[in-house]
Amino acid sequence: MLKITNLQKTFNPGTVNAKTALNGIDLELHDGDFVTVIGGNGAGKSTLLNAIAGVWKPDFGTIEIDGVDVTNMAEHKRAKFLGRVFQDPMKGTAPDMEIAENLSIAARRGTKRKLRWGIKKAEREEYKSLLATLELGLETRLSCKVGLLSGGQRQAVTLLMATLKRPKLLLLDEHTAALDPKTASKVLELTNKIVSENKLTTLMITHNMRDAIEYGNRLIMMNQGEIIVDVSGEEKKNLKVDDLLTLFTKASGKEFANDRAMLG
Amino acid sequence: MSFLNALPGAVAEGLIWGLMAIGVYISYKILDIADLTVDGSICTGACVCAVLITKGVPVPVCILLAFIAGALTGVVTGVFHTALGIPSILAGILTQLILYSVNLSILSGKSLISVYTYTDSLILHMSDNPHAVLAAGIIIAVVIVCLWLFFYTEFGLTLKSTGDNPDMSRAQGVNVNFNKVLGLAISNGIVALSGALLAQYKGSANINDGRGAIVIGLAAIFIGLSVSLKIKSNFVVSLIGVVGGGIVYYVIYNFVILLGLKTEFLKMLSAIIVVLFLAIPYLKKEYFSKKKSIKKVEEGK
Repeated sequence: MLKITNLQKTFNPGTVNAKTALNGIDLELHDGDFVTVIGGNGAGKSTLLNAIAGVWKPDFGTIEIDGVDVTNMAEHKRAKFLGRVFQDPMKGTAPDMEIAENLSIAARRGTKRKLRWGIKKAEREEYKSLLATLELGLETRLSCKVGLLSGGQRQAVTLLMATLKRPKLLLLDEHTAALDPKTASKVLELTNKIVSENKLTTLMITHNMRDAIEYGNRLIMMNQGEIIVDVSGEEKKNLKVDDLLTLFTKASGKEFANDRAMLG
Repeated sequence: MSFLNALPGAVAEGLIWGLMAIGVYISYKILDIADLTVDGSICTGACVCAVLITKGVPVPVCILLAFIAGALTGVVTGVFHTALGIPSILAGILTQLILYSVNLSILSGKSLISVYTYTDSLILHMSDNPHAVLAAGIIIAVVIVCLWLFFYTEFGLTLKSTGDNPDMSRAQGVNVNFNKVLGLAISNGIVALSGALLAQYKGSANINDGRGAIVIGLAAIFIGLSVSLKIKSNFVVSLIGVVGGGIVYYVIYNFVILLGLKTEFLKMLSAIIVVLFLAIPYLKKEYFSKKKSIKKVEEGK
């Protein structure tokens, strides 16, 4: 499904601020894989996701999605393969537009947009029932501006938008990090439900080790632009937070220095 | 009494500037770009229309070509901004400067071209204000209906989202750069259309037409939206509000002239109106947020 070969990226090359964000990443995801990604700040997690999404071009290496080389494809063009939810709840939705309008734009991801009516009647009904599954009472607020929703509601809508048109790959960039703990766990439950119901291939970054262990069928840990731990199947199921910390120390040769990740 | 006499003229001119403000609304409010091209493109519209009229081209064709010329100026700014990476404000200023030369060459180096001798064929002129109001009103109605239909199509919605949230738009497969160029083309096309009407209304195209136009457009938008948003936050209502803002602006304008304000201060007046409308919401917010934080501290005790 996703095949990354020797991906490298250095920001501000040739200056004192040069920072190697990705240092030769090799990663292959299979159909239906739900992979959680953990690592300290600056480990390269978001950089990896942004490289896949096409926010900028890598210095070296290739990215293939479903057999198509997207390494040099523009961000808006490769969007047809991808569903994305950002860390910032404000980033995934257009605040000055109605919920239905946001959804209708997402429903047409990857198709040529023409000069026909933007939202069909039947679509509104479909959106209503989809919004009802979020259990946030949004199904009656189709014409409501998204800017009036709370962060958690917006993130739930973004999740819906990312999956409305089945993506080949779902990219979740710490999408619950900016939410309060209760809302975060609700959005996470919702994520798990949508991913498992649709058998979506998913890459989810999280700061929370427990979440990383609880969700998905595979876990990768990054450090200094490299993947240092990659566990899946039975081994991942039996994983504990302590095991992860030991794995980290063994692989990187130092203590895991990130309170947020440990306590979470 | 003289104020009432001036009223039909103020309404006619206000409608023309209201149409111009619709163009500014598309760049400023929908695309979220303060596009300074308009100072030049309104003049381009006036020059193209006037010159073609003196060449004997049918007036509707002149107006259409003025629209297209204006759209092209928007494309230039859009390409400067998106393909060449020039900040949008600077891109607009550069195009505006380019247009000064272009407009001069359209006028064959003269600073003014009169279409006064062609008054009979013009679709509106200041000598017949009621008729001018009707003609401008019809054109504005057609423009608003077209925009309303367009902005609710699949494609039109992505134009809205481009300005509202470019990150979200890209993630949903929207070609943000193309949309910005197209949006600027539509915006400046409409601005040039109003320039074409202005040249006919005044009976001439002047190389200095349109200096400070962006400020008048913004003033019309702020005046209009301050009322229309209280009624309904809806695209068509907003556009009608913006046109209304243009009329109110010109009524005020004529009123202060009658009060004896020297004409050299008129541009300053437009700027002050815009400053006030931008500053008041900001100051309000600052004031209220301060009060809130004080309250919180008190509650904390």
